[in-house]
Amino acid sequence: MSGAETHEAGEHGAHPTDAQYVRIAAILAVVTGIEVGLFYTSFAEVATNVVLLVLAGIKFAIVAAYFMHLKFDNKILRRLFVTGFVLACFCYFAYLLTLGVSV
Amino acid sequence: MASHTATVGHEQEATTEHSHGHVTNTGLSNEKLAMWVFLGSECLLFGALISSYFLYRGRSTTGPGPDDLFDIPFTSVSSFVLLMSSLTMVLALAAIQRADYRRLRIWLMATALLGATFIAGQVYEFTTFIREGLTIRTNLFGSSFFVLTGFHGVHVTLGIVMLLSLWNLSVRGRLTRERTEVVEIVGLYWHFVDVVWIVIFTVIYLIPT
Amino acid sequence: MTTVLEPTVGPVPPEADDPGLLRRPSDPRGVWSWITTVDHKRIGILYGVTAFVFFLLGGIEALLIRLQLAKPNGQVLSAEAYNQLFTMHGTTMVFLVIMPMSAAFFNYLVPLQIGARDVAFPRLNAFSYWLFLFGGLFLYSSFFLGGAPNGGWFGYAPNTSITFSPGHNIDFWIFGLQLLGIASTAGAVNLIVTMLNMRAPGMTLMRMPVFTWMTLVSSFLILFAMPIITVALFLLMFDRNFGANFFNPVAGGDPLLWQHLFWLFGHPEVYILILPAMGMVSEILPVFARKPLFGYPVIVFSGIAIGFMGWGVWVHHMFATGLGPVAISAFSISTMFIAVPTGVKIFNWVATIWRGSLRLNTPMLFAMGFIAMFTIGGLSGVTHAVSPHDRQQTDTYYVVAHFHYVLFGGALFGIMAGIYYWWPKIFGTLLDDRIGKWHFWIWLLGFNLTFAPMHLLGLQGMPRRIYTYDDSLGLKALNMVSTVGSFVIAVAVLIFMYNVWYSTKKRRVVASNDPWDGRTLEWTIPSPTPHYNFAEIPLVHSVDDFWHRKYTEDENGRPVRVESTDVAAALPPGDEPDAVGHSGYGGHGGGHEDPPGIHLPSPSYYPILAALSMPVMSYGLLYGRDSGQNYLVAVVGAVALFAALYAWGLEPSAEPAEPAEAEPAEVPAPVGAPAPEALDAGGAPVDGAPGGGAPVDGSGH
Repeated sequence: MSGAETHEAGEHGAHPTDAQYVRIAAILAVVTGIEVGLFYTSFAEVATNVVLLVLAGIKFAIVAAYFMHLKFDNKILRRLFVTGFVLACFCYFAYLLTLGVSV
Repeated sequence: MASHTATVGHEQEATTEHSHGHVTNTGLSNEKLAMWVFLGSECLLFGALISSYFLYRGRSTTGPGPDDLFDIPFTSVSSFVLLMSSLTMVLALAAIQRADYRRLRIWLMATALLGATFIAGQVYEFTTFIREGLTIRTNLFGSSFFVLTGFHGVHVTLGIVMLLSLWNLSVRGRLTRERTEVVEIVGLYWHFVDVVWIVIFTVIYLIPT
Repeated sequence: MTTVLEPTVGPVPPEADDPGLLRRPSDPRGVWSWITTVDHKRIGILYGVTAFVFFLLGGIEALLIRLQLAKPNGQVLSAEAYNQLFTMHGTTMVFLVIMPMSAAFFNYLVPLQIGARDVAFPRLNAFSYWLFLFGGLFLYSSFFLGGAPNGGWFGYAPNTSITFSPGHNIDFWIFGLQLLGIASTAGAVNLIVTMLNMRAPGMTLMRMPVFTWMTLVSSFLILFAMPIITVALFLLMFDRNFGANFFNPVAGGDPLLWQHLFWLFGHPEVYILILPAMGMVSEILPVFARKPLFGYPVIVFSGIAIGFMGWGVWVHHMFATGLGPVAISAFSISTMFIAVPTGVKIFNWVATIWRGSLRLNTPMLFAMGFIAMFTIGGLSGVTHAVSPHDRQQTDTYYVVAHFHYVLFGGALFGIMAGIYYWWPKIFGTLLDDRIGKWHFWIWLLGFNLTFAPMHLLGLQGMPRRIYTYDDSLGLKALNMVSTVGSFVIAVAVLIFMYNVWYSTKKRRVVASNDPWDGRTLEWTIPSPTPHYNFAEIPLVHSVDDFWHRKYTEDENGRPVRVESTDVAAALPPGDEPDAVGHSGYGGHGGGHEDPPGIHLPSPSYYPILAALSMPVMSYGLLYGRDSGQNYLVAVVGAVALFAALYAWGLEPSAEPAEPAEAEPAEVPAPVGAPAPEALDAGGAPVDGAPGGGAPVDGSGH
């Protein structure tokens, strides 16, 4: 749950301030812009896809960590959510693989 | 229901929260823990829908496909709208934590309106696709697209209903700082729904077939 | 947290002056009190009784199946009727019997075992029960509305698509299971939060009883598995109702999508079915062997391991679908691995019994029967893991033998053990042990007569799910044996029902707090349980805390009763049992006041109202297709659901405490329970005194 982009948000103690939330939202908007921009490029497809997934993952992590406050909360909540998420990824990637879908 | 996290910024998050006055083993309230538990299960729900879409990507034997229909600029804007609604949601939470009830209502309503805008965008997109020959019956793409985004849209709509209910409670003076946690919990649901869209937008719209 | 918490009244919630739309009933007795109950104990009893009724229905379905198969080319049932019966038998036993029976115990016991007064969300708990009941009724209404589901309990698509299953049978299955799934998931959320958040001071996770641990693992399995079948059912519903193509082969739909989604749910589901019974057995063996459970941490970790590994084996239900050697080998190996934690548990149970000072009461017999029968089922399971073997066994009666040995021989035996063991705590009387032994031995005999031959029948090639077999196949002798066995099981069930009647009506032996000399917290409080559970929330120091309060060990390691802590001292001060352990506290003979400062959640109408809206929606969706996609009734149901949920959200969970808080309202005498003076010295009712109806919980709630 950390990337270069989150250093600017930094450690806030219990709560980010309103201004910091707006800054986080701006980061999310920029990342979305990059994603959409990438869509229109003609870089190698595999590379594009990987980058897109990574960027989506970063946005996911930022929203979860800061907006949903997971970074500052009791770690059991993080464990609960991550367990569900990892389980979903495992099961669904696994069955797609058995059906010959290249993920 | 008291919440010790209501004081701005000064207390450690690890302070025990209370459920109806009773101390809990984890220090988290029952309601908040329950929402996270539920969100864990929602990962499995949306994962199943997303994976079905993935399975059938490129396998439709007839009818229009994503390349024929997707309007990326349009969907990017509505994705951005939903993303910003997460900001307004968290600002609403910050407002009630400061007992700034006017701002609370402003940001709650803003979140609901942004969500409604997103839904309006979805409705527009759906009707456009239908006009252009894609329904749930047309092919695999139609079935998996409408069901996946439809499920998401229903989740957003339920979220809007909850937001409006909170706004209504606040207008009646019943949403005070002691009940901050209700706003937080609705917020968690809302952010989750946004996060699911982040995945859907990337995986369904942006990653080309 | 090592200080004792006084159960204080919380701050009056700010919405307390808004009583919500519907006034709550104030009478703790009578039908309305049961309809609006939010008490986990009553909800547990409701689950148990309802599940037992469904057990009888599922059993009748089984008997009809066995009658049809008793002879070759049987004429008892048509093929269509047979399909409906085996589908409903499986669906009933899995979703309407074992899961709710387990839920009955989860609900009743978990708060008691962790030292809590109720679950985290009492109204949600009630909602789960009512939705279960209505889901089951909805499913069974299909018999009268055109035919019951007939696609197998696994509902393989596209066989269950509208093309091949044009009637409403499958629609009943889809919507019925959705209702049940929502009920289970809500229950899982409730229980997880309860176990994580509401344990008594000093009760760390590794001091929880094994049954509570298995409940925790099962609840996580339910939480994560149910959404998967929810999606599968929705996809099938969209195919059937709205012409989607998920399982339409013409459009490129893949039948294996259904199988993957179903078994991704279905395999964790079987662990959901067995883990609670394993938990019950883990509690019962130590009590009746008078030895601590061998390897408590290992048993807990094995349960957790099974919970995790259970997600990695589902393709073993699909070995014959042509997935290719890589997938098949991977899942074959993972399936073999999952036998390890299961085997570890079995060894630990055996080690618990080994050299114990055994008391072979009925609960112990069923628990030991569980170990033996489940092991047999586990062994046939291991043969399934070997995928070339499975190619021969799949879709034959060998599989039927396997899963009945683990689900009947396992889960049902375990549940029966639990019923006999916890009966006194729940109802305040003891089930007769002599009749119980008859029950056990005839049940064991009947079970083995029915299912053992199926191993052979399967290996000889008898296929599943086909309504007849030909005379020339040489299958008839074993089929006849199996059918006879099924009726022996029926006799055993009747003996059990007789036992319930006999022990409740005819010869009531009133139970003390701790009739079995138990180890866990539920045995520290009166039988039947007072409605507030614990007068004082206990402070826990170790696993089997109660046992250690009662006993220390002598130099040979044998338990020695601590003189000062007899059973009476385990009760709250100011009360003692009489010579035969008749507990007078808060149980029979009412009139006892609640200890001060206890604030319990209030009853509510909204759970049942919300639950009622859901079958309305389901019928609406089901019949909407017929009337030209007119979904008005479904919409009405949805609106009703919203209204009920909204009002529920605004209703405070408890009425504010009475103004004169020093004197909580007196608990009126419970219906049907005899006043103390109406019991003779042996605890049996004196002639003419009401004996108490079954299922009575006797404590005024």
